[in-house]
Amino acid sequence: MSSSAPIPLIPAAFGFGLRPLPLAPLALAIDLVVRSVARRHDGMFGRLGPHSDKRFLIDPTDLPFVFVITPHIGNPSASVARSAEGLDFDARIAGPIAALVGLVHGAYDGDALFFSRDLVVEGDVEAVLALRNALDDAEIDLVEEAAAALGPLASPAQQVGKVAARWIEWMTGMAMSRPRVHHS
Amino acid sequence: MTVGKRLDKVELVCPAGTPAALRAAVNAGADTVYCGFADETNARNFPGLNFSRKEMSESIAFAHGHGAKVLVAVNTFPRAGRPELWHQAVADVAAMKADAIIVADLGLLAYAAEKHPELRLHLSVQAAAANPDGINFYVERFRVRRVVLPRVLTVSEIAAINREIDCETEVFVYGGLCVMAEGRCSLSSYATGLSPNMNGVCSPPGAVAYVEKERELVSRLGDFTINRAGKGSPMPYPTLCKGRFCAGKVTSHIFEDPASLDASELIPQLIAAGATAFKIEGRQRSRSYTDAVVRAFRAAVDAVATGAPIPTGMLASLSEGGSTTRGAYQKTWR
Repeated sequence: MSSSAPIPLIPAAFGFGLRPLPLAPLALAIDLVVRSVARRHDGMFGRLGPHSDKRFLIDPTDLPFVFVITPHIGNPSASVARSAEGLDFDARIAGPIAALVGLVHGAYDGDALFFSRDLVVEGDVEAVLALRNALDDAEIDLVEEAAAALGPLASPAQQVGKVAARWIEWMTGMAMSRPRVHHS
Repeated sequence: MTVGKRLDKVELVCPAGTPAALRAAVNAGADTVYCGFADETNARNFPGLNFSRKEMSESIAFAHGHGAKVLVAVNTFPRAGRPELWHQAVADVAAMKADAIIVADLGLLAYAAEKHPELRLHLSVQAAAANPDGINFYVERFRVRRVVLPRVLTVSEIAAINREIDCETEVFVYGGLCVMAEGRCSLSSYATGLSPNMNGVCSPPGAVAYVEKERELVSRLGDFTINRAGKGSPMPYPTLCKGRFCAGKVTSHIFEDPASLDASELIPQLIAAGATAFKIEGRQRSRSYTDAVVRAFRAAVDAVATGAPIPTGMLASLSEGGSTTRGAYQKTWR
């Protein structure tokens, strides 16, 4: 499940090419995924405890935008900005997008990313630890979460999304899905 | 007894900070998983970590259903005059039919032995029992069945202890190291007022701060700056014992270099020394870490059983400081 390969980086030219794109569609997608995660994994809030109202700045260092996520039970929210400048947040979690996505999927160990400096945290460290542990226990798969947000289209969307995720994983080395585990 | 015969009894004891990590450990080949409740009764009391009573009960059922055991750590020292939280934890472990409870405190051992005589007692590393006299006291007085040995002993010292005691010994084979005698370290409480011994947290995250400036990462614990890591330099845990300090004209890791214990190549010697259980540290780590380390040590133990070479070097990326050590098992500084 764990990967010891170097963290893949988005090529700088590709990241530069994303700069002119409008943020609204991305903001909508992120908000849908965050709401889906909060709805389908409400056990996370027990682990987040008093930190569920904190504002987490997620900073993919190889992409030209950042996210601010507030898990808040009952009313989770997410927004997107071009940079962290001027944003109000409690904690910042920064690293290549592959590290951040791989962390959510359980492909990487957060402490190991921290040791290697692939991941940097600032601000409320207690809140970051609570979030990391809550996400790790929730065994989230972002494609499943995105598909679930589409209601009646969930099943076909998941099938298409899984194919796309496997293709992206093959092309880039990013951990695009949750490793298979036996739960029975 | 030969190494081959002892191998039949060797037990791989693996960490779990969450139910997901417990399932990962069991699926990866753990014989036994150890974990704790989400409160001050266990020495990994970090935010978002550990098990509710319901999660613990369900996780024990999952492990037992897959042929694995569960040990529950109630291994902090109760506050004087307020032992209720710890007593309740002992009662709950007994009611949940966990395979053993891991305890450090003398009073709590006495309580568990008297009130729950059916409950198998393991002595936590936090008790720092490092000689036959100490261990025999716990065995005779409280019927302790296994002692987790402190990480200050050589392999030959472990063998000498095992010759003079009548209980099982569990030794650490992988994970974070403490330079201090476990259960006696006061560095965290000196800097923050909270300690692993009493509160279950070493370097509580509420007292930790990181600031990144021009690719230099500075870590602080309470009022102390404990590390400045330049671009590309590994960053250790924010503990005083792993900090870099100036002494004279030299800046270095004065107490301890950040590195993880990796005793995989010593498994045959540790078995020959009489160890019956191999413990992996890391309840605060992710299910990804649990899966990788348990699989690596399952492969190592199985390789010893078949006489194959022990696979090594698979865990460097998970190690603190990106490096590993055999710790005190081979004291090259003596």
